[in-house]
Amino acid sequence: MSFDVGAVRGQFPILSEIIDGKPVHYLDNGASAQTPIAVLDAVRTYETTGRANVLRGVHRLAERATEAYENARAEVATFLGVPAMEIVFTGGCTAAINLVAYSYGSLLKPGDRILLSELEHHSNIVPWQLLRSRAGIEIDMIPVTVDGRIDLEKLPGLLTPRTKFISLAHVSNVTGALVDVGAVVTAAKTVGAKVMLDGAQKVPHGPIDLPSLGVDFYVFAGHKAYGPNGIGVLWAKAELLDAMPPFMGGGSMIGRVTFAETTWAPPPRRFEAGTPPIGPAIGLGAACKWMRALDWTGAHAHEMTMVQHLMDGLQKIDGARLFGPAGLQNRYPVVSFLLDGVHPHDVAQTLDSFGVAVRAGHHCAQPLMDRFDLDGTTRVSMAPYNNGSDIDALLTGVRHAARTLR
Amino acid sequence: MSDQLYQDRIVALAKAKTGAGKLAAPTKSARRENPLCGDRVTIDVRLDGQGRIAEIAHQVRGCLLCQASASALSSIAVGRDAAGIAAVRRDAERAIGREEGEAAEPFSAFAPVAAHKARQECVLLPFEALKEALS
Repeated sequence: MSFDVGAVRGQFPILSEIIDGKPVHYLDNGASAQTPIAVLDAVRTYETTGRANVLRGVHRLAERATEAYENARAEVATFLGVPAMEIVFTGGCTAAINLVAYSYGSLLKPGDRILLSELEHHSNIVPWQLLRSRAGIEIDMIPVTVDGRIDLEKLPGLLTPRTKFISLAHVSNVTGALVDVGAVVTAAKTVGAKVMLDGAQKVPHGPIDLPSLGVDFYVFAGHKAYGPNGIGVLWAKAELLDAMPPFMGGGSMIGRVTFAETTWAPPPRRFEAGTPPIGPAIGLGAACKWMRALDWTGAHAHEMTMVQHLMDGLQKIDGARLFGPAGLQNRYPVVSFLLDGVHPHDVAQTLDSFGVAVRAGHHCAQPLMDRFDLDGTTRVSMAPYNNGSDIDALLTGVRHAARTLR
Repeated sequence: MSDQLYQDRIVALAKAKTGAGKLAAPTKSARRENPLCGDRVTIDVRLDGQGRIAEIAHQVRGCLLCQASASALSSIAVGRDAAGIAAVRRDAERAIGREEGEAAEPFSAFAPVAAHKARQECVLLPFEALKEALS
């Protein structure tokens, strides 16, 4: 049976909105995805029937809230194929990376080396630069190929006995390129380095079997994965979390507090100081459950059909050029392009007048833009609920920009 | 909407590229960036003995609005000092709805930007660079 896009679209109320007389062609999913009714309902149920703080209260609302919060942790864990107690809820993907850079980073020694890539989001660069300032670690960078992939042929030459940590985008937020995780993990093992993947752009495209990937840390954002804002996830192997000191101090993350000494709670509580984002966590649990129920074989084929449709359409527009992989292999539906003579912001602004939402600019990947001497790109990032009509509207807008702005 | 944003006058200002390029021997130069969108403007000025602009040139790596603004600014900058440029900026701010009153040429062309708050900094970035060059 073919993938039923209409049935998926029907679960996202915002997609039937008419704004200024135009339907919503939402192709900015890489920035934030839309939210299905199942997620909205889960958050509403918590807020209206079980709102309370978690973990400490003995009253029944607190018990409901705690149960819902821990069920959400279990849902996320099932989605990733890992034990629930290895899932840490954070304020977002950026917060998760900062947690690792601060906490695991504190176990590193001056002169130890972190390996990143040239296409990383700023959130996977700056926390490591902060660690470098604090702790004297060094940062190395894997360059990218001309088609916007991490150049893993360069990886072995960049590894040293001091390389302790490799942190890479699972899928690029600019080019959509999927990194060859197996090659990274194999190379990392030769020097005993840990591997972390930034899954912000991968998780919205279906469940992941983390144990089979062989990585040590994984992070992602809730709002890009059909969940609420203000929630993110860090997964790490239990023995790594056990060895890591707290990132933030406060309530919930302690064993026993005295003015002389404080002991820490075991993970994941150790890393969830204060009242966590309970409603958003519950919403994310619902989002993971919703994703697990989707036909991802069909959804992925549908997404790649849209990518091909987009590429074919852009090819027919004078001066439109893809930035990133030209094929459909080992990629996800994030497509950047340039329109000669028209700045990406002007392309995006024109598209808005056609009801098409895309992102334009440096995509928080300035080193990648610098590498190719680009001011930015226009980025089309798709989700399973997008359809051919969205791509057609986009192509009409790009043709209009090409005709009127140069 | 955006179709109205990119009116012919704005597009014409950008295409005119008045002052685009570099000065061979600038008295001062300044570069400003908008960290949110990545637009970059570099302005060179040659000043006369009284601190007035004798010559101006700009390099813009940015959107059409930023290019149009740099072009418009360059078209009327010669002969003005820092106070004169500040007065022109107020005119630009009137055009984009940040100040009361009507804007004069050439910045009256930017009136459609008033409805696009996220793009207003694009118009003002060349002023920021020139202000720094004149400081």
